[in-house]
Amino acid sequence: MGKTVKRVNNRSLASIVLAGALAVSLAACGEDATTDAATAAGGDEMSDLSGSIAGAGASSQEKAMGGWMATFASVAPDVTVTYESIGSGGGREQFLAGGVQFAGSDAALDEEELEAAVERCYGGEAIELPLYISPIAVVYNLPGVDADNINMSAETIAKIFNGDITVWNDPAIAAENEGVELPDTAIVPVNRSDESGTTENFTEYLEAAAGGAWPHEASGDWPISGTQSGNGTSGLIDTVTGAEGSIGYADASRAGDLGTVALKVGEEYVPFSAEAAAAVVDASPRAEGATDKRLVVELDRETTAEGAYPLVLISYSVACSQYEDEAQTEAVKAFLTYVASEEGQEVAEAADVAGSAPISDDLRTEVQAAIDSITTVG
Amino acid sequence: MAVLSPPKVGGRPDQQEPRARRSKGGLAGRLFEYLSVGAGLLILVTLAAVAGFLVLRAWPALTASPEELQEISWFGSSTFLGYVGPLIFGTLLASLLALLIAVPLAVGIALFISHYAPRRLAQSLGYVIDLLAAIPSVVYGLWGALWLAPTLDPAFRWMTDFLGWIPLFEGYQPPAKNVLTASIVLAVMILPIITAVAREVFLQAPRLHEEAALALGATRWEMVRMAVLPFGRSGVISASMLGLGRALGETMAVLMILSPGFLYSFFLLKPGQHQSIAANIASKFPEASGLSVSALIATGLALFVITLAVNMFARWIISRRSEFSGAN
Repeated sequence: MGKTVKRVNNRSLASIVLAGALAVSLAACGEDATTDAATAAGGDEMSDLSGSIAGAGASSQEKAMGGWMATFASVAPDVTVTYESIGSGGGREQFLAGGVQFAGSDAALDEEELEAAVERCYGGEAIELPLYISPIAVVYNLPGVDADNINMSAETIAKIFNGDITVWNDPAIAAENEGVELPDTAIVPVNRSDESGTTENFTEYLEAAAGGAWPHEASGDWPISGTQSGNGTSGLIDTVTGAEGSIGYADASRAGDLGTVALKVGEEYVPFSAEAAAAVVDASPRAEGATDKRLVVELDRETTAEGAYPLVLISYSVACSQYEDEAQTEAVKAFLTYVASEEGQEVAEAADVAGSAPISDDLRTEVQAAIDSITTVG
Repeated sequence: MAVLSPPKVGGRPDQQEPRARRSKGGLAGRLFEYLSVGAGLLILVTLAAVAGFLVLRAWPALTASPEELQEISWFGSSTFLGYVGPLIFGTLLASLLALLIAVPLAVGIALFISHYAPRRLAQSLGYVIDLLAAIPSVVYGLWGALWLAPTLDPAFRWMTDFLGWIPLFEGYQPPAKNVLTASIVLAVMILPIITAVAREVFLQAPRLHEEAALALGATRWEMVRMAVLPFGRSGVISASMLGLGRALGETMAVLMILSPGFLYSFFLLKPGQHQSIAANIASKFPEASGLSVSALIATGLALFVITLAVNMFARWIISRRSEFSGAN
């Protein structure tokens, strides 16, 4: 053990030097340095690390985490990372109680939690990094329609889910889809039956972008009763698959063979894609109270930016700015650096892993700076 | 949950013996007595511990003010009773429907095995039924959600088209994720336990009664009706209560099949009308923290009380009818 600590100490010294060098080179040449830093930090040095860190939280990140843990094991074979998907709330709770070293959360910490984080982080603070950006697809089951996507504005979607539009060949839908033959099938809106970050982001989008057509407030629980619903993403997809004419919303990577809706942004219709999802994050401002360690994004759902897909879910990786144990500090830094790196984001992007949208290089620069600020207490 | 056992023929032979004679069995005898008394007490202690845990953890939610309760995002009501009421209703409705489907079937199967089937067939059929009980409920859930629901779809369409004037069958909306589908799956799940117990009871019907009935010129059906069914009645009731207990607490299957809702509703074919307590806990617990955990545990307490009440009610029925049952 003593040997490990010594080695780790050396490494931490190296990383401080590296961070210093990084700051200089960042100022000098901006974007390019980030990639260098990521490769440098994600390179051979990681294979010397050992230790184990545990995470818990949002189930939205579960698949991506699985991918990251698997590939991280080949980068740093002696570091064990575990992730328990128990939901955002549970993850934050466990993190604040000191049960896990990092949490995955679909929502940023609230004020009360930030206060609790000070104690948990040995006088430091919580770090929040938007490392998982996932487009949410509006999926439908209409085998007879051969168009790639059905076009819809937020208003139309809101009316469908609120029960104001009940058949597929409604004039409102037809007007947005000229040349597409829509059947007179009844529309069955399907929602998540459990509390979910996907529902929260979806209703947030409808509330912000539908211009009053959505009379409910954004929440993780579906506000309408007497609806068809499914438990979890797979339950929802099964339900939509189970009946012709149904429409639902789910993590885009799980859409499978179902059709997906192209959203109206500005004057054009944008189908979901990784680039389009990353675009909206970059086009959105930071939330109130965000710092350079807490990179909380206030998503601009009404964006008119070209090619942006405003229906996305951001899941944060929450960590401490300070840890008690040197080995833990290094392991957390190494893992988060890997996740944020181009390679890590590519892993999660793969359709068979999570189909998420890779973060942009600008965001990576900021994320990396925040990760580098993690230290050991004392 | 208290477990009811099928009635035994005659009392235990040693029941009438004086206590003094039993303790003369030496060290081994006394040890065994302590062990069995201990095991008996352990059940009571476990039950008390579960009840204690539930009350303790549910207390914050039971005593919380309406304002505090309304802060829980999914708490659509200002009182705890307002929240748990529809859940109790949904749980009981799904379980009773399941019982309504399963009991006649189970009695039929049990009678077939005990009195109609050739011996070899009866034996293998008995094994198959017992095997059904060994299938995990999550598998039943998968089966119900992925196979049964689409299969029932045309039948439900027909029902709502032609029987829709009966409010029960009004307003079916595909896919078939409604309380009736859930009840059918529950019925299949509780079928084996009811069948197994009922079969055992029917097999114990006194041979002499049966032969007497046949000797008086009764047909086989009349013999079953006069000698076997009255004898087995209390056994069938306890079997049903065992099944009801399982149906009340069933989680995964309901969770996977039902589109939940929180209403007092008798629309069996509409989605989003009902939810069972256990499935609701399973669905909400992963994201719950603080007071919402207490609220969920409080609904668990309600389920515990219901199950206890159901079992005591069944006991009462059995004791009231025991003089007719021929079991004593």
